[in-house]
Amino acid sequence: MATASPTFPSAWSRRLSTGLRGLLTLKALILLVVVGVIAYLALVPLYYLLWGTFFGEDGFTLDGFARAYGDGRMGQLIFNSLAFSIGAAVISLVVGTGLAYLNVRTDVPFKGLFFAASMIPLIIPGILYTVSWILLASPDIGLINAAVEPIVGGSPLNVFSLWGMAWVEGLHLSPIVFLLMVAAFRSMDPALEESALMSGANKWTVFRKVTVPLARPAIVASVLIMVVRSLESFEVPALLGLQNGIYVFTSRIYFTLRTYPPDLNAAGALATGLLVLAALGVLLSNRLGKGRNFQTVSGKGFRPRRMELGRLRGVMGAGIILYFILTVLAPLAVLIYTSLLPFYRAPSMSVFGEMGLQNYRELLDMEQAGTALKNSLILGVGSATLVMLFMAIAGWLVVRSRVPGRQIVDQLSFLPLVIPGLVLGLSLAFVYLRSPIPIYGTLFILLIAYCTRYMPYGMRYAVTSMHQISSELEESAQACGAGWWQTFRRVLLPLLSPGLIAGWVYIMVVSFRELSSSILLYSPGNEVLSILIFEQYVNGQFTVLSALGVVMVLTLVVLVSIAYKVGAKVGLKQD
Amino acid sequence: MLRIEQLVKTFEGDRRRRSRRRKQSEDDHAPTRVHAVDGISFDVEDGQLFTLLGPSGCGKTTTLRSIAGLEKPDSGTIKLDERVLFARKDRRTVNVAANERGLGMVFQSYAIWPHMTVFDNAAFPLQVMKRGSRPSKRDIADKVMRVLEVMELHQLAERQATKLSGGQQQRLALARAIVTEPPLLLLDEPLSNLDAKLRESLRFELKRLQRELGITSIYVTHDQIEALALSSQVAVMSEGRIEQLGRPREIYENPRSRFVAEFIGTSNFINGVVADRQGDCFTVETSEGRLLVNGTVDVAMGADVVVSIRPEAVDLATRSWDGTVPNEWSGTVTNRAFLGDSVDHVIGVGKYHIRNRSNPSISVAPGTDVYLCMDPAKLSLVPLEG
Repeated sequence: MATASPTFPSAWSRRLSTGLRGLLTLKALILLVVVGVIAYLALVPLYYLLWGTFFGEDGFTLDGFARAYGDGRMGQLIFNSLAFSIGAAVISLVVGTGLAYLNVRTDVPFKGLFFAASMIPLIIPGILYTVSWILLASPDIGLINAAVEPIVGGSPLNVFSLWGMAWVEGLHLSPIVFLLMVAAFRSMDPALEESALMSGANKWTVFRKVTVPLARPAIVASVLIMVVRSLESFEVPALLGLQNGIYVFTSRIYFTLRTYPPDLNAAGALATGLLVLAALGVLLSNRLGKGRNFQTVSGKGFRPRRMELGRLRGVMGAGIILYFILTVLAPLAVLIYTSLLPFYRAPSMSVFGEMGLQNYRELLDMEQAGTALKNSLILGVGSATLVMLFMAIAGWLVVRSRVPGRQIVDQLSFLPLVIPGLVLGLSLAFVYLRSPIPIYGTLFILLIAYCTRYMPYGMRYAVTSMHQISSELEESAQACGAGWWQTFRRVLLPLLSPGLIAGWVYIMVVSFRELSSSILLYSPGNEVLSILIFEQYVNGQFTVLSALGVVMVLTLVVLVSIAYKVGAKVGLKQD
Repeated sequence: MLRIEQLVKTFEGDRRRRSRRRKQSEDDHAPTRVHAVDGISFDVEDGQLFTLLGPSGCGKTTTLRSIAGLEKPDSGTIKLDERVLFARKDRRTVNVAANERGLGMVFQSYAIWPHMTVFDNAAFPLQVMKRGSRPSKRDIADKVMRVLEVMELHQLAERQATKLSGGQQQRLALARAIVTEPPLLLLDEPLSNLDAKLRESLRFELKRLQRELGITSIYVTHDQIEALALSSQVAVMSEGRIEQLGRPREIYENPRSRFVAEFIGTSNFINGVVADRQGDCFTVETSEGRLLVNGTVDVAMGADVVVSIRPEAVDLATRSWDGTVPNEWSGTVTNRAFLGDSVDHVIGVGKYHIRNRSNPSISVAPGTDVYLCMDPAKLSLVPLEG
C-alpha cells in the first residue's frame, strides 16, 4: 500500500515519534543515569554541608561560625594546622625530592629499596603508621626512648607534639613526593644539564642554575599537594595531637562531634573553612602545574647520564638504608613485635620468652574482627566496581562524545578531590540524618562515601585509558553496523579493560583502608578494619591492635601486589 | 687538531639498543658487555667539518659524547692539539671533566633552557667562566649581541627562549655553543628535529657559518645527504667501527664495502669474479655478461667481488649503441616512476633488476626492450666481506 501520499497529521506524528525515540535511546538513557549519579554524589553532600552549617532549628544562623571560630583558641587552631601541614610538607619534600634526584640522576646504591619504600603509603595505612610511631617514640612507652634513656637520661623524643606530628605525617607522605619528583626528573631532558656542563659550568652551578629552576614547578605543586593532604589528614592529629590538646581542623571537627550534644553547626563551620583551604590549595597547584610547564620533549629517548657520586656514594648509601629502616622496617617491625606480646614493653630476654600468638588467637575469637574484615572487603570490591563502571561511561562521555556540557561532567567528577575525607563524612551525615531513606547506620552509607571519595581517581584512570584508544577503532565498529551499546561493550570495554582493572584495584586498596570518612559514618556492628583499629587504640589495646594491623598489612600486601602486577601493564598511577 | 686513538666504550649488556655487537670474553670485560664503540681512531684537521655518519646504534653519538666528556670511555686516547682530554692505558686514567674541556656542543634537542631569555641562554657560558678569565659584564653583552647578530637572533634577545620556533632554537643553541669561541664544536644531529624544508635551508646556513668562522667541527648524523653536503671528511660507522673514511665524493663514488654502498645512496649490486686487470681497469665476469670497472682496489685475480652501480650511472636507450660504448647490456623495462626532477626505471636483466635514474625527458613504458650502458669510471668494485 505504498500509493497513498501521507496526510499532514500522520507525517507530523511520525516526526514527533522519531524525535522522541531519538531522545529515549539506550545511549541517552545510560548517559543520563550516569550524569545524574555523578552530579548527585558530587553536589548533594556539599549542598547539605552548607545547609547544615548555616541553618539551625530556627532558620538561618551564623552561630555555628561564632561558636567554632569565636573562642580564643582560634588563633592557636590555625597556627597548629598550618605549622603541622607546612612542617609535614617540608619534611616530605626535602626527603622525597632528595631521594628522587639520587635515584634518577646518580649512581646511588640500593635503588631497589626506593620503590619498595614508595609502596609504603599504600601498604601501611596512616593509622597503623601513626600507631607504630607511638610505639617507637612515645615518651612513656616508645622503644627508641627506652633504648637511649640510659645514655642521655630521660626521653628525648616526644611524638605527641607538633614536631612529632609533622615528622610522622611528613615521613608517611615522603614516598608520594618521591614518585611525583621521579616523574618530574625523568621527564626533564638531561641534555639541558649536559649543555650547561658543556658551557663550562661546574656541577654545583648546574644544579643551582638549571636543575632547580627547571624542577621548580613540580616542587611547588608537590608542596601544595602535600600541604593539602596534611591539612586533610585525620589519623595523625587525632592519635598524636589530642593527647596533649594540640588541635588542628580535622581533629577539632571530630572532637566537636564527639562531645555531647554534638554541635553540628560548629562542626559544619569548621568543615567549611577546611574545605575552602583545601580547595584553594588544589586550585593553586593545578594552576601552577599548568602555567609554566618546562618539560621539553625531544625526539630521542633520553639516555640519562648518571652522575658519579664518588666518595659520597657510601654516605648516600648509608642514608638510604637509614631512610628505609625509618620508614619501612621500623614501623613494620614494631607492629609485628607488639602483636606477639601479652602486654607492650621494651625488648629484653624475658620478653622474648613470653612471645606467642595469643593476640592472633584472640582475634579469631573476636566476632567483630571477622565482621570488620568482611565489611572492608565488601566495601572495597563494591565501591571499586561501581566507580569504575560509572566512570568508564562518564569517561567516554567526556573524551569521545560531542554532547554539549560534557566538560561539566568532567569537573563534577573531580569535585570530591577537594573535599577532605572527614568533611565528606560530615556532609553525608548531614544528608542522611535528614533523608527519609533509612541508610544511616548501614554499610550502604559507607559505600556512598567511598564511591564519592574515589570517583576522581576512577575518572582519571578511565579518561587516561580512553585517550590511548584511537577513535577510529570505535568508528570502524560503527561503520560495520554496530550500535552505540554494542560498540561500547564489544570494542571499547575490552580495549579499556587493562586501565579499568588497574583503577579498580587501586580504588579497592584505598577503600579497604579508608578511615577519615568512615569515622563519622559507621555505627556499632558495622565497623570496618580501620575503625576497629581506631577503637582498639582508644581502648589502649596495643597488642590486639598490632595483631589486627599485621593482618591488615598482609591483606594489603596481597592486594597491592595484584595491583602492581596489573598496573605494570598499563602504567601504575600513584596517589 | 683532534686525535682519537683506539677508543673503546662498552655498556651493560641489557641496553641492547646501542649496539648489537657482542665480543667474546677475550678482553678484561665481562662477555655480556656491549661494544658501542669498538676501537676507533681518526684525526680531524684544523678547520674541517668532520662527520660521523651511520645508522642508529652504530656508536656515532657515543663517540661524540666521549669527546665531549659526557661519557667515560673504557680505553683509548682523546687529544686536542697537545692537550690530553682522555687517556687510559694500564690503569692510569686522565679524564678532563666535561665542563673543563672548553668545547662547544649543540644537542639534538637543542637543550635551550626554558627558564631563561634568549640573551641569558647565549650568555651562560661566559657568565660561568672562572672569575679570573671571565669578561666584564659589558664585554659579555657585546660578545653575546655579536654572536646573536650572526645568528640573526639579536632582535629576539629579550624574549623568553620557549617562544622561539624550532629553527630559531637551533640557531640559539649554535650561538651558545660558539660564544666562547671554542677550539672544537660538537654537533649531535642538530638538524634532525626540523621539518624537511627548514632542514635544507639550515644545512646551507650551517655550512656557510662553519666556513666563515673556520671552527673545527664534528658532526653526527644518520642522514647521508646532510653528511655529503656538509662535510670535508666523512667517517661511515657501523657497529662501533669505522667502515670507511674519506671525502664525501670518494665515499659516494668508491664505496669500499657493501654496507657503505647501501647506506649512502641507492645502488645496484652485481656479483661476479675478477677475470682480468689492465692497470686500473678490471674485467668482471658476471652471470649476465662482462663488466669493465675502473678502480684501485686491491683484489686478486679470480676473487669474488660485487660491482656497485649507482642508478644515475646507468644510461638508457631504446636503440643499441652497437658496441661503440663499454658495458652495454640489454633488458626489459619492468617498472617506471616519475619523480619530478627525474624518472626512475627498473630494468630486468637476467636475474637482476637494475634501477636507473635518468633525466625526465627520457621515459620508457614498461614492457619495452631497452639497452643499458654503464660508464666504467662510475662503477665501483666492492670486495666481498669475509
